[in-house]
Amino acid sequence: MALDPKKHEMPTQAPEVRAHNFSEVALGYDEATAIAEASRCLNCKNQPCVSGCPVNIHIPEFLAKVKEGKFEDAYQIISQTSSLPAVCGRVCPQESQCECKCTLGIKFEPVGIGRVERFVADYHNANNTAPVNVPESNGHKVAVVGSGPSGLTCAGDLAKKGYKVTVYEALHKAGGVLVYGIPEFRLPKSIVAKEVDTLKQLGVDVETNIVIGKTLTVDELFDMGYEAVFIGSGAGLPNFMNIPGEALKGVYSANEFLTRSNLMKSYLDDPNTPIMKGGNVAVVGGGNVAMDAARTALRLGAKKVSIVYRRSMEELPARKEEVEHAQEEGIEFLLLHNPVEILGYNNPDDPRDPKNGFVTGMKCVRMELGEPDEKGRRRPIPIEGSEFTIDVNTVIMAIGTSPNPLIKNTTDGLEVNKRGGIIVNEDGLTSRNGVYAGGDAVTGAATVISAMGAGKLAAKSIDEYLSNAA
Amino acid sequence: MYQIKHKRALNSSVTEMEISAPLVAAKAKPGQFIILRVDEEGERIPLTVAGTNPEEGTVKIIFQIVGATTMALNAKQEGDFIQDFTGPLGTATAIEGKKKVCVIGGGVGCAIAMPVAKAFHDQGTEVTSIIGFRNKDILILEDEFRSFSDKLIVTTDDGSYGFHGNVTVPLKEMLDNGEQFDEILTIGPLIMMKFVVATARPYNIPVTVSMNPIMIDGTGMCGGCRLTLNQDGKRVTKFACVDGPDFNGYEVDFDEAMSRNRMYTDFEIIKRDETCNLLKKEAN
Repeated sequence: MALDPKKHEMPTQAPEVRAHNFSEVALGYDEATAIAEASRCLNCKNQPCVSGCPVNIHIPEFLAKVKEGKFEDAYQIISQTSSLPAVCGRVCPQESQCECKCTLGIKFEPVGIGRVERFVADYHNANNTAPVNVPESNGHKVAVVGSGPSGLTCAGDLAKKGYKVTVYEALHKAGGVLVYGIPEFRLPKSIVAKEVDTLKQLGVDVETNIVIGKTLTVDELFDMGYEAVFIGSGAGLPNFMNIPGEALKGVYSANEFLTRSNLMKSYLDDPNTPIMKGGNVAVVGGGNVAMDAARTALRLGAKKVSIVYRRSMEELPARKEEVEHAQEEGIEFLLLHNPVEILGYNNPDDPRDPKNGFVTGMKCVRMELGEPDEKGRRRPIPIEGSEFTIDVNTVIMAIGTSPNPLIKNTTDGLEVNKRGGIIVNEDGLTSRNGVYAGGDAVTGAATVISAMGAGKLAAKSIDEYLSNAA
Repeated sequence: MYQIKHKRALNSSVTEMEISAPLVAAKAKPGQFIILRVDEEGERIPLTVAGTNPEEGTVKIIFQIVGATTMALNAKQEGDFIQDFTGPLGTATAIEGKKKVCVIGGGVGCAIAMPVAKAFHDQGTEVTSIIGFRNKDILILEDEFRSFSDKLIVTTDDGSYGFHGNVTVPLKEMLDNGEQFDEILTIGPLIMMKFVVATARPYNIPVTVSMNPIMIDGTGMCGGCRLTLNQDGKRVTKFACVDGPDFNGYEVDFDEAMSRNRMYTDFEIIKRDETCNLLKKEAN
């Protein structure tokens, strides 16, 4: 059989349709396409794809099962190492992980590993009715702080080993960034709910509305009988640019904008939580969060949405598929642009004019790329005299976050780096005995899969720690 | 789910509730706040803690019925449950080491000022309280303030009770008469706090204000509650949920804070009317 040089296309909603709804963009492979795509795997000896995966999924093995049409077997292989396959198949940056290592990719397009993974997970979720195997208890109690990807992974791995795990979530709903951050059209919330439900069936308790560092401290968790604590509290306060006008009405952090839309469901027709919609929207930043915010704004009814990014397309850090989808949907990319000031309405004759203080525009400067910086990325330099103003009503800052201070401030002896990230060793252990950490709370804003990798590592370390202690 | 243990109307538009939330009750200090959602589809709103009963595991909240969410909350009765209740959030009011303070509350802000006055009183601080209202009909917590204060002044804007005028007038009188305070703490409408700061400024008395911005998560994630402080000629962004809600009144950009609090006024009016009609229908 001749090898298809290209990945099988992922069916999607047409851009002009999906730009106006919040349903999932990518529709997923059918069985025949999944088998055909899995059959492109060369089954090469050294399996470079596995090393590209932060949780080392046995990729060639699961692809082989798919090729044979044994989808549930494939799922069981994936779930040996990944707790959230339906999530990863959708949000992992495969092009810089497993797929970029694929041997087939040297000459052709790599195997669409993420797409097949998603198919397998969805197949399992739709067809599997077998009850979850609840492991025998080993009598040890572990607390997990945060129910995002690192916390859910850590909890799942420990529960499968017989630990009694309680997950503490600050918000009213479990899932962390998977529910407040990543929009429905990219990751349906029903999938997250299903993953959380599976954990509960494994015996994991999920306690919402508890803010560790406020409602309870890490030390109190130990007093309550937990023998180890994993901190996966996620990214913290949003960064702003510190340019004039950022306090004007209509300026959001991406966290706030996405939380309003996703968690608080402002995208519904008659929401209880308000959000500014319509008009022209500028999103500052070039990561996945910026793409999510831009595409959410579009779906909320914006006339025009622009991504404002200070480097070029080549440096844009977002997942490739998200950039392509955004472009297809008509999002404008103002590359090599940087905001210098946000402008607001001010009626000099009437201080009570209700329009006062709302955003009317954003002044930007054009940039050029200079010498590479210490990370090897070419440094953007403003071009003098190139300022101009774009007409916008909403500005969304998607330029990263700083770690949340609540746990650091209330946990004696927990060391953090100068950016506020919790310091861990190669086992995920913090400076406090029995306290482990991972995900954005350690690294600052990163990816779902790297947080899962950290949760997985910590679960392994906690298991070793408590097994030895016993 | 969190049960409403007690409910009473303090006036026609202000309600007090005690909510069963033992973990919050065990921790909450004056000046801190909680976030609640009334029901599954509700919005998250912050309310400052008005008192706790750690033995019974209850937290007291006092709220003004101003919009859709507070209207829906007020429709709940004793024994009913509310969906979510998280806290205590924010930092507690710093009360240590102060010998003589002036606590100034305005309107429903008195509900927040009251536990602060009590905490000062309980540690032996000399407390002067000034509590201001638009008129006599909406006066709340007078007895409580009287019991926690060495001196209490009640003001009404229309003169229907107590001192005729707003809270800054008796404050200025006292300061002009040479009264000294280690600190003035003020909690109420932004415009009132702004003028308390302006009144105290010539006398060089520290003023702490309790800010009440729009908030979603309340845990240092969304950044919606940001405000600007003027510190040493620099404008610094702070987050009320984790850095506050108390701030040095001399540093706060009140005009900006007032403008930001009006971001969703149109939405809020529509939503309030909708909820009002819905509740009326249910009642019929």
